[in-house]
Amino acid sequence: MLYEIIDTGGSRSFPASHPFLDKAEGSGDVVVIIGENAARSLQSLARPEMKTAVLIELGTQCLGVHTGERRGLEGSNVLGFARFRLGAADPTPLVEIVRQPNTAEAAIAGAREIFEAAGLQVAVCGDFDGRILDRLVRPYFNAALRRLDEGLATADDLDTTLRLGLGYPEGPLSLLERTGLDHHSEVTQALFEALGDPAYAPARRARVARIRSKA
Amino acid sequence: MAEIKTVGVAGSGTMGAGIAIVAARAGFRTIVFDTRAEALERARKQTEGFFAKSVERGKLTVSQVGGIMAGLSGTTDIAALSACDIVIEAVFEDLGVKHALCAELDKVCPPHTMFASNTSTLSITEIAAGSGRDDRFVGMHFCLPAQLMKLVEMSPGLKTSEDTFRSAWGLCEAMGQIPVKTKDNPGFILNYFLIPFNNDAIRLVEAGVAAPAEIDRAVKAGLGYPMGPLELLDLIGLDTHLLVAEALYAATHEPRNAVPALVKRMIAAGQLGRKTGQGFYAYRGNAMFGG
Repeated sequence: MLYEIIDTGGSRSFPASHPFLDKAEGSGDVVVIIGENAARSLQSLARPEMKTAVLIELGTQCLGVHTGERRGLEGSNVLGFARFRLGAADPTPLVEIVRQPNTAEAAIAGAREIFEAAGLQVAVCGDFDGRILDRLVRPYFNAALRRLDEGLATADDLDTTLRLGLGYPEGPLSLLERTGLDHHSEVTQALFEALGDPAYAPARRARVARIRSKA
Repeated sequence: MAEIKTVGVAGSGTMGAGIAIVAARAGFRTIVFDTRAEALERARKQTEGFFAKSVERGKLTVSQVGGIMAGLSGTTDIAALSACDIVIEAVFEDLGVKHALCAELDKVCPPHTMFASNTSTLSITEIAAGSGRDDRFVGMHFCLPAQLMKLVEMSPGLKTSEDTFRSAWGLCEAMGQIPVKTKDNPGFILNYFLIPFNNDAIRLVEAGVAAPAEIDRAVKAGLGYPMGPLELLDLIGLDTHLLVAEALYAATHEPRNAVPALVKRMIAAGQLGRKTGQGFYAYRGNAMFGG
């Protein structure tokens, strides 16, 4: 399936060259809008309904912010997407595709096809704050930081236990240290505000890192 | 620091049998106690099968296995554990059951014998309180399957002596395991983090955020975990997850440890996971459907 990319600059999903960018054409059945100003490009897109799918890169916001919502009946050929990425680390192979209740199945199939053709892996989810992974990992990261403060174990023992006991490639504390505690603080703060669940409230160490990054 | 030559294991279920393999393989004389002769027999057969595989894979020789098995015995007589320098209990996760066992052990074991618990959710201090020797009591939580997993969570209770903790730590290392020290907190490290993570994944399914296969794919591709949480829950069994999570919730009252309602509905419908052929996925033989 042919697709074109409209790059509005500063994409977190595709910050560097990638086969997905290389395979794009000048025009196609699918339009992919990436970057920080994707919303503006979506609004100025001529006849988007004629495309199989229009994909817009999301940050922490929901797709409904761009499309509008209507009594749980919303859905069209416009999908949201983001590659999962922790802080300063490279984006992972995972692309979360966001759909709405009445999103066209052909649009989802088209989106899946073009990402998978570029070697990426796709997980489709509903239009929820935090999508799949941020919703799952942020409470886990906050709990690890909090339990370190409370002396459950040393940072090394916490990380070793989760690596050896569960087969995780890296313990949570080492992972956060490597990718940026301040970024975790920013993402989990946004989710805390959206969901109101204390599990998402940034842990003390994350808040400290955030304050220091701003100083 | 007390020298450990003989290791006792109380309970010959999956965990007990695995711990006995670890101790015997490291050259310790190992005595396994269970009240049920048939459980001992089953564990013996599993152990022989495990070591036969070790020989097949070239990890041990037939003669080494012969030596290991000669040092490993089973008994239905708790008094046989009087010969042990340490007894590691791996019986049912119930404080009353563990207290009753420890009280019996305290009667038959000499004063120098240390007791250890393989509990994954109960408090070491609370179990130790019913042992008659809370200063010589320590938490040693092995991971499943113990004979393959190196990690052991070591927890001192409030009254555990430093000498006891050091001896048990030394034993762990001598058995070729990797000990980590954790406070005597509900769930220690592993279950404290795993149970709420798995509950959160179930809540995503419950709320319609994504289908199980999408969630598992996201976790594996995005975080590099070897298994997705819903595949793992199907493997563990939802009934087992319910037991552990309810114990953890009762001890912590943390909302993320509370079992989502979907779990109880699935259990009521007989959808326990792999063992019933249906959980978050459907199974036929070794094939998984819905992934």
